[in-house]
Amino acid sequence: MSKVIVVTSGKGGVGKTTSAAALATGLAQRGHRTVVIDFDVGLRNLDLIMGCERRVVFDFVNVINDGIRLHQALIKDKRVENLFILPTSQTRDKEALTREGVEKVIAELRKEFAYIICDSPAGIERGAQMALYYADEAVVVTNPEVSSVRDSDRILGILNSKSRRAEIGEEPIKQHLLLTRYDLDRVQRGDMLKLDDVLEILAIPVLGVIPNDPLVLQCSNVGMPVILEPKSKAGQAYRDAVARMLGEQVELRFTQPQKRGLVDWLLRRSA
Amino acid sequence: MQREVASTTDQTSRSLPFQVRGSLQAVLALRLLDPEDPEFLAKLVEKIAYAPDFYRDAPIVLDLAAVTDREPIDLLQFAEELRRHRLVPVGVQNAGAAWLAEAERAGLAVFAAGGRGDAAAGTRAVQPPRASRRPTAATVVREPVRGGQQVVAGEGDLVVLAPVGHGAEIAAAGHIHVYAPLRGRAYAGIEGDESAMIFCDQLDAELVSIAGVYVVNEEIDTALLGRRVRISCMGDRLHLAPLP
Repeated sequence: MSKVIVVTSGKGGVGKTTSAAALATGLAQRGHRTVVIDFDVGLRNLDLIMGCERRVVFDFVNVINDGIRLHQALIKDKRVENLFILPTSQTRDKEALTREGVEKVIAELRKEFAYIICDSPAGIERGAQMALYYADEAVVVTNPEVSSVRDSDRILGILNSKSRRAEIGEEPIKQHLLLTRYDLDRVQRGDMLKLDDVLEILAIPVLGVIPNDPLVLQCSNVGMPVILEPKSKAGQAYRDAVARMLGEQVELRFTQPQKRGLVDWLLRRSA
Repeated sequence: MQREVASTTDQTSRSLPFQVRGSLQAVLALRLLDPEDPEFLAKLVEKIAYAPDFYRDAPIVLDLAAVTDREPIDLLQFAEELRRHRLVPVGVQNAGAAWLAEAERAGLAVFAAGGRGDAAAGTRAVQPPRASRRPTAATVVREPVRGGQQVVAGEGDLVVLAPVGHGAEIAAAGHIHVYAPLRGRAYAGIEGDESAMIFCDQLDAELVSIAGVYVVNEEIDTALLGRRVRISCMGDRLHLAPLP
């Protein structure tokens, strides 16, 4: 049984593509055949984050509109077995996606992949609605700040009303919260919302809390999903999230202040 | 359908062979439109025949609002005829001076103006029929109402068992109950029912409105924010009170 999972948020710049890349890579590392699709037509980024931008020949839009076969557009990841990327077009716009075209591609991918991760564009318009329409589950990426939480609430409403499952009256899309850029120091100072504050408003189960980590940006810049960087706390948190997605019970990390050792304290003072 | 509203017992009444108690009774009103219609009784009997158990020995108040400007008829004889058909006239209401004298002669009590006085009666402001307070089933919402979503109960009440998010809108012809935080907008009494109310477990609403009268969040007493609150309409303003 394959699962279509949309990674979405409403708001831009909260870490959708980073998260989609990390989750897809993590699922593939765990031995599941996984493909990640870039739905952000015209603002393609996924191939950059995945480090395959120089191997793109055909893309998602070509498959839908130009008679290109799916296998000509799929890019196999060089680092992780079982991982494929379906990049998108930089020159077209969201109108290039049709519901019938997306349905055909997803139906074909379902035949051979266990997980189909859809990296949604920001916003709530056509592009985002196309990305979530065929989803079975949704990962709602949220930053611990008010505007991001509001936009996530909005997208949760759209998941409940404008998805295929909602329209044909099937069991609703399973929703998960992925709280990213969680900066404990700023949370404790009250500059950022606490996990509990976010949960009170959104009221959906937590898939993971990803700590703010400078390595995320470094990894993005060299085209490596952060989950492949063992030193990164964000990477560890993404691995936990993948485990939870696979039904394992893993305790949340990086949400409670840790006791600081003397060395840590001295380092902070001198910093 | 009887409801005691007051007990007037006092110390001395213990020795009396009776007690005086206030009570409210549901009494049928027979509104006379043309009592001089020669077929009046025949038509009334025909009507009673539809539900004889309902009318049998039922106390009746004669509502004279529509005929109060006319010459009174002989109420003593009229009451007698009603009794022959097993109706029990007990009094009159909305009677003019001439009719009052006739009622007294017939031994009928005088009730305070009751029912909906129509335009002819003019004794009280005409109340519009209460909008949409028919006994329709309430609409129950169990899922969160998210920002950008709208839930409208065009008839009856709306009961929401999950949070109503910022930017969400809920509306009902009747009352609105939210057994969770209310952070969006709530419109009760959208058909104009001023007796509609809004109840919520945690008031953080952007706006609440009853029958078109509204307050925005900024105008809400901060002491009430985050609390369980009942909101009702009093004339042209809303009254917000904490719930216990």
